[in-house]
Amino acid sequence: MCTTYSGRFYAMQRFNLSSLVFVETKGSGFDEGALNAITAARKLSGPVTAVVAGSEADVTAKAVAKIDGVSKVIIAKDAVYDHALPETNASLLKALQEKESATHIFAPHSAAGKNIMPRLAALLDSQQISDIIAVEGDDTFVRPVYAGNAIATVKTSDPIKVVTVRTTSFPAAVASDTASASEEAAPAIEATPLSKWLKEDVTKSDRPDLASAKRVVSGGRAVKSAEGFKIIYQLADKIGAGVGASRAAVDAGYCDNSLQVGQTGRIVAPELYIAIGISGAIQHLAGMKESKVIVAINKDADAPIFQIADYGLVGDLFTTIPELIEKI
Amino acid sequence: MSSLRILVGVKRVVDSAVKVRVNSAQTGVETTNVKHSMNPFDEIAVEEALRLREKHGKDKIKEIIALSCGPTKSQETLRTALALGADRAIHVKSDDVLEPLTVAKLFSKIVNNEKPDLVILGKQAIDDDSNQTGQMLAGLLNWPQATFASKVDINDNSLEVVREVDGGLETVSSSLPAIVTTDLRLNEPRYASLPNIMKAKKKPLQTVSPADLGVEVRNRLQTLKVTEPPKRQGGKIVASVDELLEKLRESKAL
Repeated sequence: MCTTYSGRFYAMQRFNLSSLVFVETKGSGFDEGALNAITAARKLSGPVTAVVAGSEADVTAKAVAKIDGVSKVIIAKDAVYDHALPETNASLLKALQEKESATHIFAPHSAAGKNIMPRLAALLDSQQISDIIAVEGDDTFVRPVYAGNAIATVKTSDPIKVVTVRTTSFPAAVASDTASASEEAAPAIEATPLSKWLKEDVTKSDRPDLASAKRVVSGGRAVKSAEGFKIIYQLADKIGAGVGASRAAVDAGYCDNSLQVGQTGRIVAPELYIAIGISGAIQHLAGMKESKVIVAINKDADAPIFQIADYGLVGDLFTTIPELIEKI
Repeated sequence: MSSLRILVGVKRVVDSAVKVRVNSAQTGVETTNVKHSMNPFDEIAVEEALRLREKHGKDKIKEIIALSCGPTKSQETLRTALALGADRAIHVKSDDVLEPLTVAKLFSKIVNNEKPDLVILGKQAIDDDSNQTGQMLAGLLNWPQATFASKVDINDNSLEVVREVDGGLETVSSSLPAIVTTDLRLNEPRYASLPNIMKAKKKPLQTVSPADLGVEVRNRLQTLKVTEPPKRQGGKIVASVDELLEKLRESKAL
């Protein structure tokens, strides 16, 4: 009797599930991390509604409506949402949660997702669950803690779940010709911009984006200079890889901060990760140890990186890398 | 610029150099008899407050208050902040596990009492890796937020912050009061000198409880289990570039 009741109750709850997924617009395009967040949202039984906001949100929406599994796209076409400003976007998401009675709100654990979602969670009085790597149930999620040295399974009692998703742990949702979500304009809300976006200094690169690259070549302190880091670019270009770096290389100014792989930088999980002149500190490993094949090239045979590398080569990077580039 | 007061949040965490181990009951990680330190991002937050005072002078940055929530041992972390140069400290004492939302609520009460113009927090604690508290506090207070800061400038009553974002850097501005969270590139924290460590023992440290602040400690998340991450298979050292290439081709990685 009791089980029947709770079973029915559970089924009823499931029936009422619905998810919002925040899609970061970038001009008329969007951040592809949203595709992974959509896959995470689809693990639940409810419909998935994508939220696009920004001055060209109507254009973005056309592409988002074609993604499999998205049943509705809510369009907030207004410049106040541009550049993923957290104050306005969190207010918008709060209003949409109330309107849609959404039980779950997902975003990728990207710079924008990390910035907006906790603010939203506080507005909804919900304890956010960050950087999930698996969905175990409507209220149960798996996430790494302590730089990935422990994996915690947590169950939330909050009625509204605010979740950010580790993009490398979920495959990207794909667009299809048959998919066609309905489009709907967001109601205007009072979103007072508390902060102002002034400018950006974005590194332009033709190389694959670090987070989605199939192959990544990373350089560490041992490249010794910005000049020395060129060898990393050369190898990356030879195999069509994205370029990463350790904190030491970034701090020393050998390369741009957006290349940092690790606990507090980007998390990558490519097919092939080549760590060059990187010792393998806990904080760096946290960002790349889910890579399929790891290669380490280091002069120090005792470097911790060799303990997790599938193939290690002990040698001077300034002789081994040119040889490698030549022979590939 | 009228005179400003800065509140800095600090958390006591397992030292970043410690290789943590999951306990045998799989309820958490082993934290007894493990070295603890101030969260590295919070060291950067304290340093930034000190540098702002050094740049603008003591007349402009009137006071730097350090705040920590947690068990009695959090006072050690606060003493470190005082030794570095904070003027006084507030300890919200609680032996419960404090989730970021609770910490944000505790901080918001302290902010209401102390009325700082700027709150600087680390971008994330290296234990729970949540990256939430600063944003949540900004939301609760309805203040502007500038997260992942790599450069902070205060002019008159406005704030300009360079932020580290996925593709590079962006610059945002807001009025004060505001919340800033620190990224690694913001500065290089100083060490506390022995005389300053001695002096810090005499600086005021006030202890309050969540109940004093009217905040109920109620956890929303229940940790069902904590496990070790999957171990990678032991690696193989190759002798030459040729052998490396051969292995990579065999495994279809190249």
